[in-house]
Amino acid sequence: MDRLSGGQVTGWRAGIAAALLALALWQAVIWATGVARFILPPPALVAQTIWDSRALLAQHAAITMAEVVIGLVMGAALGFVSAIALVASPMARALVRPMLVFSQAVPVFALAPILTLWLGFGLWSKIAMALIIIYFPVTSSFFDALMRTKHDWIGMARVMGASPARIMWHIRVPAALPGFASGLRLAAVYAPIGAIIGEWVGASRGLGYLMLLANGRAKTDLMFAALIVLAVLTVFLHAGVNKLCEKTLDRPDVC
Amino acid sequence: MNQVLRLTGSAAIGSTPIFSRVDLTLNPGTWTCLLGASGVGKSTVLRLFAGLAESVSFTGQISDPGRVALMAQQDLLLPWLTVLDNVLVGARLRGELPDKTKAHDVLDRVGLADHATKKPAALSGGQRQRVALARTLMEDCPVVLLDEPFSALDALTRLQMQDLTADLLEERTVLLVTHDPGEAARLGQSILIMTASGLVDVAIPSGPIPRPVDAADVLKAQADLLNQLRRQT
Repeated sequence: MDRLSGGQVTGWRAGIAAALLALALWQAVIWATGVARFILPPPALVAQTIWDSRALLAQHAAITMAEVVIGLVMGAALGFVSAIALVASPMARALVRPMLVFSQAVPVFALAPILTLWLGFGLWSKIAMALIIIYFPVTSSFFDALMRTKHDWIGMARVMGASPARIMWHIRVPAALPGFASGLRLAAVYAPIGAIIGEWVGASRGLGYLMLLANGRAKTDLMFAALIVLAVLTVFLHAGVNKLCEKTLDRPDVC
Repeated sequence: MNQVLRLTGSAAIGSTPIFSRVDLTLNPGTWTCLLGASGVGKSTVLRLFAGLAESVSFTGQISDPGRVALMAQQDLLLPWLTVLDNVLVGARLRGELPDKTKAHDVLDRVGLADHATKKPAALSGGQRQRVALARTLMEDCPVVLLDEPFSALDALTRLQMQDLTADLLEERTVLLVTHDPGEAARLGQSILIMTASGLVDVAIPSGPIPRPVDAADVLKAQADLLNQLRRQT
């Protein structure tokens, strides 16, 4: 454990060091090229803009985060149930799995306008985008983990007289929770992408909308400010989900 | 259950034969040891009684032992459950009300009363196997199938586990599959060597089980079994 927490500290330090390095490079490019500030605003200006527009950014960030969190919860729940259904029924597996893989070949970006058409300009078309984008990683990693359940555990449960449903609930699902957790970690990073795409296509609120608006008015500093806020929020979301998974779903002692 | 269990026939996986012309009788209330080289099909016999041999095509007759308890080389403890919950897992899996008093009593009998709230990862290999024994006892079945349950343990722990298991599973119909002649000599009330051409009945040492490790006829029986095994392969 000591080694692990020690590694995490260096993880944080490395993260901060990487951010500082990126800022330095960013500033270096500006000094070296003398690029106009409406093309690439300097970090200090963006920081200033973040501070000055904090109310505006917070308001739009709250909308985007609401879409992301609702999409994440719904997508995780849907993925959880789907994976169990796929494992429980060979028929469902045969019919639905090729469809799932095929659906991944359709670029989600292409679906955004249709979802906006169907679900309107409000929250739901963005929640749907986030949900669609995370559904596959969650379902697929939980499904794989469920299928990998130690065969001897299932044999033991059958000798004990367990029904398939009870084997699922008492053996397969708990054994596969770490797999579900790795799906969730991926989902935490993908979900904001879905919400932002949804906002680009048609919205009147949210960080994606704000980016598009700022870009259209050549307010590059505000565009960068929104981008950085989004990135930071995504990092925190991932860290939060990671922490939650470590506390509830992971099992370092699985043997 | 005082029913004699019998298996007669042949088994194969696909077109590969596993065993043929086997005629095995398990007498009620006795320990039958099935000894043999690896790959001769000992475990398949046991899995047929357990109802776990769906990939095996069996031709012949086998008595239905009803619900059995199974203990294997791997303890198969569920790492996310406590020791107590692992002992109670059978009841949970059948949707029965778990009998915690009985589980504590069983844990006490295997000497793990103080470890009930621990996770399996916090136990030693011998302790884990004792939890598996407690879980087997908790099933309270008249027929118990033991599939090399002690072979992963160190020599001393193995000896202690043999004593404890023989004591706690007295009077039950036990099929013990093992590759250890010493174990068979200590625990078999009937000893059979499984070979490619069928079962060979072997004379057993005298005395009740578990027999002492240092008794002359137990050591003699162990040596004889080893010699026979060597000749069969």
